[in-house]
Amino acid sequence: MRQLLKKLAALIITLFIVSLLAFLAFQIIPEDPVTHLLGTEATPEAAAELRAQLGLDRPVLVRYFSWLAGVLRGDFGESYSYHMPVADMLSDKLPLTALLTGLSFLFTVLLSIPLGVLAGSVRSRFLDNLFAALDQMVMSVPPFFIGMLVCWLFGLVLRLFTPGAYVSYQDSWSGCIAYLIFPALSIALPRVAMTVKLLRGAIRHEMEQDYIRTSRSRGAGRAWLLFRHALPNALIPVITFMAVSLAEIMTASIVIEQVFTVPGVGRLLLASISNGDFPVVQAIVLILAAWIVLINFAADLLNGLADPRVRLG
Amino acid sequence: MKKKTTRKKGNSFLYTGAVLSGLMLFLILLGCFWTPYSPTAMDAAAKFQAPSWAHLLGTDNFGRDIFSRVLQGADASFLIALCVVGISCTLGVLIGGLCGYYGGLADLALTRLCDSITAFPAILLALVIVSLTGRGKYNVIFALSILFIPSFARVVRSEFARCRELNYVKSARLMGVSDGRILFRHILPNTFPVLLPAVTIGFNNAILSEASMSFLGIGVQPTEASLGLMLSDSQTYLQSAPWYALCTGGAVVLLILGFSLLSEGLQRRNGG
Amino acid sequence: MKYRILAVFLAAAVLMCSLCGCGGATSETPAPSDEIAPSSPAAPVNEITVGIAQDLDDSLDPYQMTAAGTREVMFNVFEGLVKPDSDGNFVCAVASDYSISDDGLTYTFPLREGVVFHNGAACTADDVLYSFETCAATSVTSALVEALSAAQVTAEGNTVTVALDAPNPDFLSYVASVYIVPKDYAEQATQPVGTGPFKYVSRSVQENVILEKNGDYYGTPASLDRVTYRIFEDNNALFTALNGGALDLVTHLTIDQVNNLTNGYTVLEGTMNLVQAMYLNNAVKPFDDQRVRQALCYAVDVPAMMELTAAGHGVRVGSSMYPAFAKYFDASLADAYPHDVEKAKALLAEAGYAGGFSFTIIAPSNYTPHVDTATVLAEQLKEVGVTAEVQLVDWNTWVSDVYGNRNFEATVCGFDASSLTASAMLARWVSDNGKNMINYNDPDYDAAYAAAQDPSLSEAEQTEQYMRCLEILSETAANVYTQDLADFVAINPALEGFTFYPLYVIDMACLHFAG
Repeated sequence: MRQLLKKLAALIITLFIVSLLAFLAFQIIPEDPVTHLLGTEATPEAAAELRAQLGLDRPVLVRYFSWLAGVLRGDFGESYSYHMPVADMLSDKLPLTALLTGLSFLFTVLLSIPLGVLAGSVRSRFLDNLFAALDQMVMSVPPFFIGMLVCWLFGLVLRLFTPGAYVSYQDSWSGCIAYLIFPALSIALPRVAMTVKLLRGAIRHEMEQDYIRTSRSRGAGRAWLLFRHALPNALIPVITFMAVSLAEIMTASIVIEQVFTVPGVGRLLLASISNGDFPVVQAIVLILAAWIVLINFAADLLNGLADPRVRLG
Repeated sequence: MKKKTTRKKGNSFLYTGAVLSGLMLFLILLGCFWTPYSPTAMDAAAKFQAPSWAHLLGTDNFGRDIFSRVLQGADASFLIALCVVGISCTLGVLIGGLCGYYGGLADLALTRLCDSITAFPAILLALVIVSLTGRGKYNVIFALSILFIPSFARVVRSEFARCRELNYVKSARLMGVSDGRILFRHILPNTFPVLLPAVTIGFNNAILSEASMSFLGIGVQPTEASLGLMLSDSQTYLQSAPWYALCTGGAVVLLILGFSLLSEGLQRRNGG
Repeated sequence: MKYRILAVFLAAAVLMCSLCGCGGATSETPAPSDEIAPSSPAAPVNEITVGIAQDLDDSLDPYQMTAAGTREVMFNVFEGLVKPDSDGNFVCAVASDYSISDDGLTYTFPLREGVVFHNGAACTADDVLYSFETCAATSVTSALVEALSAAQVTAEGNTVTVALDAPNPDFLSYVASVYIVPKDYAEQATQPVGTGPFKYVSRSVQENVILEKNGDYYGTPASLDRVTYRIFEDNNALFTALNGGALDLVTHLTIDQVNNLTNGYTVLEGTMNLVQAMYLNNAVKPFDDQRVRQALCYAVDVPAMMELTAAGHGVRVGSSMYPAFAKYFDASLADAYPHDVEKAKALLAEAGYAGGFSFTIIAPSNYTPHVDTATVLAEQLKEVGVTAEVQLVDWNTWVSDVYGNRNFEATVCGFDASSLTASAMLARWVSDNGKNMINYNDPDYDAAYAAAQDPSLSEAEQTEQYMRCLEILSETAANVYTQDLADFVAINPALEGFTFYPLYVIDMACLHFAG
């Protein structure tokens, strides 16, 4: 319990530091958002007025705390470009990215566990090597190139979907999911390869343990040993790894959204960076960072729950 | 029996990786001195040609030879990765070594810092850094070098911390050998078995990150060939000139695959 | 993204005047046929989907919009007292008529009866006064603010009168830019309300903007019931969606895209109405030397560049004027500097750069044609020993660094006219002009430009002075002039009535399904 409280305190401090960094990082940018907002033909008076209106003339720390106070109330400020509350923009985009992340995670789990078990249990040297080689191959493909390959193969050659013809989830959930299958697959593939590799190693490791050998010498079936004994133990590191994957999937979507033109958080982030739309960038960086911190926190707890050795330690 | 199999498997990864990396290194070296065409020469009459004997990998939207550009792009990626790994490995070894050997409060703080940096995906941090420093080759090297320090520091730190307690180090200290000598002559060589896989992995990550950044348009700038940039351009012509994307992407994959097989083989040989 | 801001100066605002005829030549080429039919044929659903490559990441307030892409869409929602037609003339909109006094000082606009805002309120003289006041006070376009500051607007009954301090031949174009909005309506930035043939329904960031037919429109109502602008922010994705048949209309396509279009869209060709050039900073070495600038003009092979980047489409220009300005455009200037490597080398040697030199070309990354042109020019310059490096910058950085601080050596971009007047193209190169980005400084030019401003000149004499300005720009090689870019439009063959404007707008009201 004490341990948990300590971890919680550390979590809150980390979140605070993350928010400070997310805010400060975008205060040292040399670019002036006002030039962007008003275009090239603005009068200096209008520029000065806008600067005051946006509060850009106040000291940095004052701005930070007023921003943080807003964030805690769910108010992320107003976008420089769209003149809309950032929270409204995000509430449109977050469900989409969450859906994409969820789908990718689902694919990762559904594909990697059976494949990992298979890779861990095949006895033929040839098949084992084949699995390992395939694994290495998939892990060597840059995520965006996987996206392009998926676009090309499923979209342009097989015509299973039209790249770019994204269907908004507000219009049709099924249409949206049907489109997101392909980007989700692109995000999942490298994760699947990594998880399979991990699971394969863990299963092999367990199967060589003394307790398994003893059971086998007593006449226990291989399959029974695998599923009853080796797999549950082998899954412990995999579960932690998968939890951490959730964080990486979210960031992988930044790149993949770009390839498949899914208008999610990632695209908004990239566009806002080039627009100098700091309130939006700050909000997204903060949300992504907080997500990663929370996921790592959860993975840590999960690890403790799943493995009694860690819990004691 | 069992032992024999594992060793053999590890070596087959090592061999394949070595051969593939060797081949890629040869092509990269070749690209430094010779390309079949000038990588920037444009030819309106030869736009979008499919691969042929004249143009091994076809031509792009300006009629430039893709094979020559891939050679040059691989060169650029390789050099960037080399710089990144060189800088971050040196700094990582220094920081990790000192922290591991001396321990104390600085060690604790730096370890926490490294842990928190590694918790964030490289691409997100690189985006933030580049949005602060601007685009371009040198900024990419700068951003990635910073981001990769922790991965080296981590590995080296634990190794130094372990060695500190070993008898030969203790006795060296008792014999009055200077700290610097102990650090660099006695302990450092012992970290090579773990450092080497870390270097190959770091190398791969550097190539991958550079390609991703250039793909997103925040890395290497046009007129300079870069594999990521070429892939980004080729996306427009995925339907009409698929060889552009496929060949360029294939080159990136081979480059990374060679080194990842190498690092996998190294790890397996170490008994990982 | 890439087309987010079209011609680089589109941020400039007032887009019109009556001087010249229609924009570039229009020709029709059918795209190679079939496979997939465009999505909505002459179906009972009378609505279309338009693909746009840039988001409206902007305020929608008529006086705050800066991006060309936003203006292009909102042209269908807002109207001034007068509005431009496709020939560049002004026709009555919220006003039913207009008259100008002989001394050019008084403009009279009787208001049209029965004009209703999209929110249901009737449009009155009060709203017009409010619009003029708000525009003068808040507009982000300094030229417009300046023009309005010299005007007194009064209303009497249903007639609005504008009195000017001095005659301003371009004033009607400014009137057209003062969009009429309802008085004391505070949500223009997010829920704009105007009087145009379409009303604004909604927008979803980075996804779409939806307009609906204004049933109460005073003029001929639009034929289409609903127009959905789908935002791609990425030319590749936009093209893939177009090729997949998901869109009915896409403008600003490149020739490569047109050639790769595989389903039966009709393709129309026009020009972008801008002057693309490699603009040189005349104040930095070595570009302060006229011979070096001329050498660069000889060194580049513009037709070859156009062949590479646009298969030869587009119109070659040789000075700061594009062909839509038929009155001033002098096609012969385009040939002033034929491709001549020897001459270029000789000029460089004469200027003391026999061994060549190196410099950086900056291009706005969001605009592919400029980037492509810069890439090809840099390659061509190698032939004379000049090393040019291309550097891409965000639009934002371009505006503040290159345009604002003039911190550049060379940049490839396009300038268009903020109004269809010669001065809109030429005033900026006067040596003390605040927008003289290239620090051009030529006494002859200043004199010729000043002479053209003399109100006592006849039209022909004035034109002659402006032509002289253009010649001087060419003679002194102020910039390496390249082209007016080709502009391709792909359209569902069932749709009729697409009209090119000499401005950066797409008029949805003239589109209708055949039959």
